[in-house]
Amino acid sequence: MAVAAAGAGSGPWATQEKQFPPALLSFFIYNPRFGPREGEEENKILFYHPNEVEKNEKIRNVGLCEAIVQFTRTFSPSKPAKSLHTQKNRQFFNEPEEHFWMVMVVRNPIIEKQSKDGKPVIEYQEEELLDKVYSSVLQQCYSMYKLFNGTFLKAMEDGGIELLKERLEKFFHRYLQTLHLQSCDLLDIFGGISFFPLDKMTYLKIQSFVNRVEESLNIVKYTAFLYNDQLIWSGLEQDDMRILYKYLTTSLFPRHMEPESCLFLLLRFLTGPLNLNDPDAKCRFPKIFVNTDDAYEELHLIVYKAMSAAVCFMIDASIQPTLDFCRRLDSVVGPQLTVLASDICEQFNINKRMSGFVLGFLFTFILLPPMNLAGKSTILGDIVLPVDRGEVYVILIKNVKKLCATQFNNIFFLD
Amino acid sequence: MGEEDYYLELCERPVQFEKANPVNCVFFDEANKQVRRPAPSSPARMDDKGEVKCIKFSLENKILAVQRTSKTVVLPEKRSLKLLKSHNLNVNWYMYCPESAVILLSTTVLENVLQPFHFRAGTMSKLPKFEIELPAAPKSTKPSLSERDIAMATVYGQLYVLFLRHHSRTSNSTGAEVVLYHLPREGACKKMHILKLNRTGKFALNVVDNLVVVHHQDTETSVIFDIKLRGEFDGSVTFHHPVLPARSIQPYQIPIAGNGFCRGVSAAVLPRGCVLTMIFGSYLWNLQVKLEPIVNLLPDKGRLMDFLLQRKECKMVILSVCSQMLSESDRASLPVIATVFDKLNHEYKKYLDAEQSYAMAVEAGQSRSSPLLKRPVRTQAVLDQSDVYTHVLSAFVEKKEMPHKFVIAVLMEYIRSLNQFQIAVQHYLHELVIKTLVQHNLFYMLHQFLQYHVLSDSKPLACLLLSLESFYPPAHQLSLDMLKRLSTANDEIVEVLLSKHQVLAALRFIRGIGGHDNISARKFLDAAKQTEDNMLFYTIFRFFEQRNQRLRGSPNFTPGEHCEEHVAFFKQIFGDQALMRPTTF
Repeated sequence: MAVAAAGAGSGPWATQEKQFPPALLSFFIYNPRFGPREGEEENKILFYHPNEVEKNEKIRNVGLCEAIVQFTRTFSPSKPAKSLHTQKNRQFFNEPEEHFWMVMVVRNPIIEKQSKDGKPVIEYQEEELLDKVYSSVLQQCYSMYKLFNGTFLKAMEDGGIELLKERLEKFFHRYLQTLHLQSCDLLDIFGGISFFPLDKMTYLKIQSFVNRVEESLNIVKYTAFLYNDQLIWSGLEQDDMRILYKYLTTSLFPRHMEPESCLFLLLRFLTGPLNLNDPDAKCRFPKIFVNTDDAYEELHLIVYKAMSAAVCFMIDASIQPTLDFCRRLDSVVGPQLTVLASDICEQFNINKRMSGFVLGFLFTFILLPPMNLAGKSTILGDIVLPVDRGEVYVILIKNVKKLCATQFNNIFFLD
Repeated sequence: MGEEDYYLELCERPVQFEKANPVNCVFFDEANKQVRRPAPSSPARMDDKGEVKCIKFSLENKILAVQRTSKTVVLPEKRSLKLLKSHNLNVNWYMYCPESAVILLSTTVLENVLQPFHFRAGTMSKLPKFEIELPAAPKSTKPSLSERDIAMATVYGQLYVLFLRHHSRTSNSTGAEVVLYHLPREGACKKMHILKLNRTGKFALNVVDNLVVVHHQDTETSVIFDIKLRGEFDGSVTFHHPVLPARSIQPYQIPIAGNGFCRGVSAAVLPRGCVLTMIFGSYLWNLQVKLEPIVNLLPDKGRLMDFLLQRKECKMVILSVCSQMLSESDRASLPVIATVFDKLNHEYKKYLDAEQSYAMAVEAGQSRSSPLLKRPVRTQAVLDQSDVYTHVLSAFVEKKEMPHKFVIAVLMEYIRSLNQFQIAVQHYLHELVIKTLVQHNLFYMLHQFLQYHVLSDSKPLACLLLSLESFYPPAHQLSLDMLKRLSTANDEIVEVLLSKHQVLAALRFIRGIGGHDNISARKFLDAAKQTEDNMLFYTIFRFFEQRNQRLRGSPNFTPGEHCEEHVAFFKQIFGDQALMRPTTF
């Protein structure tokens, strides 16, 4: 862990310092409508982490958030409060669905210094946390939940509060353990997608492949094509693809990392049957929910990999993919995908000098100089910040124009 | 059988002539492909010395030779014969092909050793002789090659000797065959193709549109062979089967005065595409191939394309095949559609390359030195993007009932195929893709295609993107990016920015590329005024005053700039004293 140079060598402060990164203090989900009257406050709480906290304290914390949001609404009726800054921690608020609130409480990063009389002094580095970063983390918590469970409202419709609580518990209990708040940075948080650079001809061949597979396996609704953890083609809309991409690259793919020696083989299902020849092989695929704003589709997610190329096939959940279907998919897709994967590899080696080229999925990227975050002296190198829909979110502007001139001649910048 | 089942027909207007009789005889002029008859009142007066055995015209009807007896040849006056060469051979019979100027002489007892001679530029050269393999004959008869079983024809620009072999050489296959021996200009004759007829009897041959047509007398049906289609190659010879099931030639109705309609039946077939009938007067037809019925008789679209692309009048039929395979009822699968596109573009590319080579050769001044270099002829088999767009794709895209996934997949297949053959895709095809994507709100797909430059940059495309801004806001930025990449589009960029009231951005951009001294002050001031932002107007006005000072030493606008209105407006808002004072030195 790098040691910050603050105050090094000056007077009474010795250079012995300990740094503590930000940490998750608590995370809860509530709906004030479920317990509007006194004595019913407990009913508001749909999920609370850590669960060991005493009931009354939970109620107090939830109540406080509720009050803050209500209070600030008088000043800003259309845009509710997003965060609350205090010396020791920061609370982030998000209302993903009407009246359903998600709150994440993060402890500010700390520097523990030794004073001249030997007593440790704790200094909270409140400025180091960026709201935007952690607000996005919170939003992603909801998106990820929704990807695998559908909306809160739908759960309510399907089985009332009990079902919703059950789903929230099951999901967040595991998911919160994967949140590494100390290493959250710009690159992960904004949910950008890394696209794989490819020449036009190979890209068109992939299009052709996807279209033909969708035609011959006509129960496939959507397809996404990835190579080396980077996206090449998405048949899903932007918002859904972003969260699916995050799931694939941070959860599914790492779980199935091949040891170096096996890289040349491997036509297989990452979700679904492990062994196609085993008649008892289970054909269970994760279910995902997309287009929740209008069509509200529930789909089976089939991920099939050949060498470094991975294809996601999404099938309507009402159709249960059988072992037979999987075998058919394997025989239709396998050979073509292998050829395609080696084509891509060949093209990539030819165009290696383009490897620094990153496309944004509905975002345009600007390079920013490296910055310190959360007390950690991370030199992130070329940090890429997405630009949403033609508008720029800029945190630091330093020599942006110079960087742009060299790296992005193809982008038109408004001054 | 309806009209749609016949794939061979007689031409529309036959040549009609009087029936022949011994005095008034008729000859078929092979060289000029005409029926000739010496008329009593013909200008080329001939002494009526009796029977005329044979008349032969030279090419271009210049010289007429009349053979009266088996040994004399009479020529018109003022012409003399010169002996070119003399060969001593025992000849059984001969055959002459005027198109290629080759004569074939049958020699030896079996009559099957053929000696060809080639006439060219006043010389007669002997080509290597070759032997026709005769089938095993029944014990009682002597095997020999009959003149009736031989024909000479040009197929795909090459001369072939066609031998109608009534029994196959291999014991296990029945039926007659046509064996094609290729007679090259130089080198030995080689047996190249065998056309399997799978029946026996009497046959006649034609060559029409580079197809070998074999007529079977007993069944009154005909079959066609295309030697360029893939056959079974055994290492030396390619075996071909008929392209289609046998059919009769489409009946032709001859109007006979007073007697109603009767069917014409072929009574004699001449080797080069003509049918002569002696019933109800004499008619001479050319045989033609009907392409439309063939479309329905050949289910393998790849093979159908291969066949059609070799035919002379193929363009509209091919386009209709394309339309049909994209139709709701007869929809082909994407791999088949892709194959068809690839075959079309293969031909298209061949022509483009030939054109390019020719253009380069002309530029290099080679055309004069090499008489062989000819401008490549564009056959009907060359279908370019404009053809496919006009006749197939634009209607296809309009069909409401088509699932949009299929429409986009087809368009992308065509673009993929063009790219594969390294043919630059025309912008109207890209527009078709964009319009379809927009129609179905598939903006995220459009965005991905643009980012991978699948839809090439072009000014029309950039303008189309701009027009989409109200449906899809990022289209504005995508358009500007595209214009920037098209480095010749600076004017358009300025126009786009001004239209969006981004006057400062436009000004800074133009200054960034060093063009700020040339722009029209009026245009920018108009745009600034439209924003109704007075401070912006002030800024722009001041900029141009400074420019005036720099260029002409005075901040005033010249009358030619037509900015009086704006000066007045400025004075009205900010007062006279706000105007820039001329700098005095």
